[in-house]
Amino acid sequence: MTDAAAANPPQNPAKPSSSLLKQTDRMKQRNAAEARFKYYGIVAICVSLSVLFIMLWTIFSDGLSAFRQATFSFTVTLDAERLDPDGNRQRDEMMRVTTIGYTGLLNDNLIAYLGERGISTEGVTDKEIAAFISRDTPARLRHMVIADPSLLGQTIRFEGYATGRIDGYLKGRVTREIALLDVNISVAQLDLADRMVDDGLLSLKFNWGFLTNPDASDQRPEASGLGVAMIGSAYMMLLVAIMVLPLGVSASIYLEEFAPKNRWTDLIEVNISNLAAVPSIVYGILGLAIFINFAQFPQSSPLVGALVLTLMTLPTIIIATRAAIRAVPPSIRDAAMGVGASKMQVVFHHVLPLAAPGILTGTILGLASALGETAPLLLIGMVAFVANYPAGPFDGGILDPATALPVQVYSWASRADPAFIERSAGAIIVLLAFLLIMNILAIVLRRRFERRW
Amino acid sequence: MSLAKLSVSVLAIAAVSATGAFAQSRDNVQIAGSSTVLPYATIVAEAFGENFDFPTPVVQGGGSGAGRAMMCEGVGETTIDIANSSSRIKQSDLDRCASNGVTEVMEVRFGYDGIVFASDINGPAFAFTPGDLYNAIGAKVLVNGALVDNAYSQWSEFNASLPAQDILVLSPGTKHGTREVFDERVLIAGCEETGAMAAMVAGGMSEDDAEDACMAVRTDNGRNVDIDGDYTETLQRLENDRNAIGVFGLSFYTNNTDKLRVATMNGVVPSTESVASGEYPISRPLFFYVKMAHLDVIPGLQDYVEFFVSDDMAGPNGPLAQYGLVSDPALAATQDMVRNRVAMGPLN
Repeated sequence: MTDAAAANPPQNPAKPSSSLLKQTDRMKQRNAAEARFKYYGIVAICVSLSVLFIMLWTIFSDGLSAFRQATFSFTVTLDAERLDPDGNRQRDEMMRVTTIGYTGLLNDNLIAYLGERGISTEGVTDKEIAAFISRDTPARLRHMVIADPSLLGQTIRFEGYATGRIDGYLKGRVTREIALLDVNISVAQLDLADRMVDDGLLSLKFNWGFLTNPDASDQRPEASGLGVAMIGSAYMMLLVAIMVLPLGVSASIYLEEFAPKNRWTDLIEVNISNLAAVPSIVYGILGLAIFINFAQFPQSSPLVGALVLTLMTLPTIIIATRAAIRAVPPSIRDAAMGVGASKMQVVFHHVLPLAAPGILTGTILGLASALGETAPLLLIGMVAFVANYPAGPFDGGILDPATALPVQVYSWASRADPAFIERSAGAIIVLLAFLLIMNILAIVLRRRFERRW
Repeated sequence: MSLAKLSVSVLAIAAVSATGAFAQSRDNVQIAGSSTVLPYATIVAEAFGENFDFPTPVVQGGGSGAGRAMMCEGVGETTIDIANSSSRIKQSDLDRCASNGVTEVMEVRFGYDGIVFASDINGPAFAFTPGDLYNAIGAKVLVNGALVDNAYSQWSEFNASLPAQDILVLSPGTKHGTREVFDERVLIAGCEETGAMAAMVAGGMSEDDAEDACMAVRTDNGRNVDIDGDYTETLQRLENDRNAIGVFGLSFYTNNTDKLRVATMNGVVPSTESVASGEYPISRPLFFYVKMAHLDVIPGLQDYVEFFVSDDMAGPNGPLAQYGLVSDPALAATQDMVRNRVAMGPLN
């Protein structure tokens, strides 16, 4: 073409403007359309990035404070007369002193300690001072004393949480203007909190309890933690991985390598794709009907949760596994067959090891989506208040009641006390961290073991 | 293959440990139901777990109706022991219970909950009567002696003492136990107060039809919005639209007095005292229902129920009252009933 054009330039004298260097109107239109399309793309990316940024910013600005906690550290004299009136150090006798008794003891000790340190309690009644100490603290002290009666009569240094509103004041969530309107806290109490901070009695510490404590009731947001939820999620992920891998891999190997191509396998294939698109709540209803009502597994248990999540992730994992198996080139199978390997040997010695990175990546991503799932758990009783840790995995812990991380986010978000908003966002941060770790693991596995042919 | 062997053996271990654990029976109390009762039940459950040698009961929300339905599923360890409810159980529930073998149910009323109307803390104050709320969101209102479709757009249009602010009421959705009280004590009461009900009856309606017509709310312009979520959702909506009036439980309001300004009803400020004395008109009893067949089967169930209604918990100075529960004046009778395990009779 160029030769021909160069050889006969005068043949086209009527259109001197058709040079590539000079744009025609149509050309300009097309170029403009292309430029516009590029801008649309950039705008789309900017919009999604800014939404992501706003989401992360709200979560982190609300939730990071959940990782710090206002904590008291003061001396407590464990009056043996009050805590063991019979004086026999017998467990059942000491159990009779309830947390109410311990609350009184702690309050008296705090007031005495304030007097000792010369901290003025002007304008604050004894009852308002008592309101500084979390309701969780007497329970922990009681637990300590009953476990070790030799503490009775001693003076120990004790650390306990401050209540939600004092905690909020130290973190800047509760201000003096709010305190004027809030019936649960007074400005005089905030002044006292300032004096306690100056004295070192009250300080913000890293909140390990947020990661280890079980859930707490509405009256003690400061003591609530993700302990039970994390154990529940861990049990479920473990069981899902154990159940879904053999099931998913054997189903995929059969369908890819052994199954004949006929109407039945087509039907199975279509159904697997359809199942992958079924809303997760449907699996919850199925789980309630089959595992709880029919098989009589206990409600709220990680085992039932794991079974439901296994059903939910199985189709996705079969699809991912089949894709990984299909990606192994046929030449490898042919070569193995050629040197006399049986079909079974071909699959287990060659195809499966080569497909393993892809299978693992697919499984981890499937697990990550199962980790963030709440809807099916709602119907099998895992959206609940559970304050006891489940037992170890081999002591029947998979049958004890537990919750899960996304469930904790949901149930904290619907509580009345504003301190739970911070906890809920904090739980989202923990959940996001786990998802991030799993996704990074998937990427690393893929990068590390992926083979190209 | 080592992978196959490993997964098979792990599955076997899991199966063995699972069957081993099935032999032992459930040792924790399981509770489900009303989201209004949920905070009270968790407070009691937590204290129960701390002070007794029993594990902490597991408490689910889900709504009053769902809780009662779960309780009525049958007898056995996979069914719940207690249903929390913010409205009284219905005969249809009891019938379903009976047909599934749950013949004896103990009804425990442990206190009252006030229902309050609140607006944004920075907005104007409101002093309502039920009639004002009916005029604001009722479907048909009485204007100059004639029943017409509700066309009011500002509070001041029908009551000059209310602020000239656009009407927007966030009322409880139909799946809430609160809705029943809202219908009865606010809409029907307001309908009677404004004379709309009398006009309906005069127009040829029967008393029952008139009551149903009174419960109908207007659907134009989004003046009334049903909130099906919990009170936190109502609060969020209210923070987004400062003109809104939200319906809350008294305990929710007490926890959020820095954000909400409460409206008086017939001139009475809602508080645990005014609800207890009956001066504040809008309140409802809170219940839980115990499956009596489980009482001697599930360890700690009887102790939990007794602990719940004890003075230490549900009494006027107990933690539940501090959270916003209005203590039941007849608590002593309830304690006796629980100790003697009296089943409830059929409702008429």
